[in-house]
Amino acid sequence: MLGAAIIVFREVIEAGLIAGIVLAATEGVQGRTAYVIGGIAAGVFGASLLAVFAGSLSDAFEGMGQEVFSASILAFAVVMLTWHNVWMAQHGRELTAELKAAGHAVATGSKTLLALAAVVGIAVLREGAEVVLFLYGNMIASNSSWWEVLAGGLIGLAGGVAVSFIVFIGLVLIPIHRLFAVTSFLIAFLAAGMASQCVHYLDQADILNVLSTTLWDTSSILPKDSIAGRVLATLIGYDDKPSVMQAIAYLATLTVIFGAMRVFAPAKPQPKPPVAMGSRVAAE
Amino acid sequence: MGMKRVPAFLLLPALIALSTASYADEPVAIDLTLKDHKFEPAEIRAPAGKAIAITLKNEDDAIEEFDSNSLRTEKIVTKGGTVTIRLKPLAAGRYPFQGEFHAKTAQGVLIVE
Repeated sequence: MLGAAIIVFREVIEAGLIAGIVLAATEGVQGRTAYVIGGIAAGVFGASLLAVFAGSLSDAFEGMGQEVFSASILAFAVVMLTWHNVWMAQHGRELTAELKAAGHAVATGSKTLLALAAVVGIAVLREGAEVVLFLYGNMIASNSSWWEVLAGGLIGLAGGVAVSFIVFIGLVLIPIHRLFAVTSFLIAFLAAGMASQCVHYLDQADILNVLSTTLWDTSSILPKDSIAGRVLATLIGYDDKPSVMQAIAYLATLTVIFGAMRVFAPAKPQPKPPVAMGSRVAAE
Repeated sequence: MGMKRVPAFLLLPALIALSTASYADEPVAIDLTLKDHKFEPAEIRAPAGKAIAITLKNEDDAIEEFDSNSLRTEKIVTKGGTVTIRLKPLAAGRYPFQGEFHAKTAQGVLIVE
């Protein structure tokens, strides 16, 4: 039971972290709970479908279907996250003003709710398929009773939900006029990490095999499959053996997102130095 | 129509050069089987600096995930299914791998020398 709990928890951390950040990024926006829950539900449904069709997916693209699929949904998530940040750069101020006026209640909305719900769905889908396969495989296996595996799985899931909740609570403690700057900052790094992972899958599928030399190897200090490694991999795209191309994709994504946020930001009434955003996060 | 077109045949040498470049280095083929949630053989060997293609056949009645942090690979193999795990040229060393869904028994290592 404990084994199942640990494996499931390890898999759901990523989705939990992303859901927590998205919940905070949409704090006070009308209807966001429904969108986020919808995203999770769609992810679970997709994961189950994926589990059923794992074999056919495997065989697609000359045996590289799993990699091509992962790369595609990651690329899509990067675009969605970029769009959210650009939209927030354009409208974040209005949203904050509205939230303040409404006494921290609800604002009329963000156009990017659907995009963020899709990102949550993708995170659940990616990790969920493995969880479904693992739980199913172990429940039908004769050497363990199915309810023990199921109970373990549920404990692991609860752990993932707890991670989401802790991240969300931690973030919404930030004053509302700072909150969206912080969540945009976090989301930019989420996106950069996903771009780097996407490049890794493309490399494995032999679609993009340029500059695939390993840039550094920290697998003996902080392995990517440890809990800390996984958390950092999700939050800032940590990799223990990244390729040169992965690093380029990472930096390019950050440059494009922060550049676009700057370009699309409306003229500021009282200009504040952009450095404040970074130092604020460092202080958290 | 009005555009100047490069005759297709002129592109042929370039295409051939490209395709031979990518196939010149045939990967070292290794066969691996999963049975009773164990890898057979549990220890595989390959030369350093050469691309490797591991063909994994799952003879168990359960789905498995070939997982290796050191090889940077995760690949699902259905029951009775076969997958090919392609690896880039590796430096000499020990690269452990496991079947994530039955990690207690499904352990193996690739020794590159």
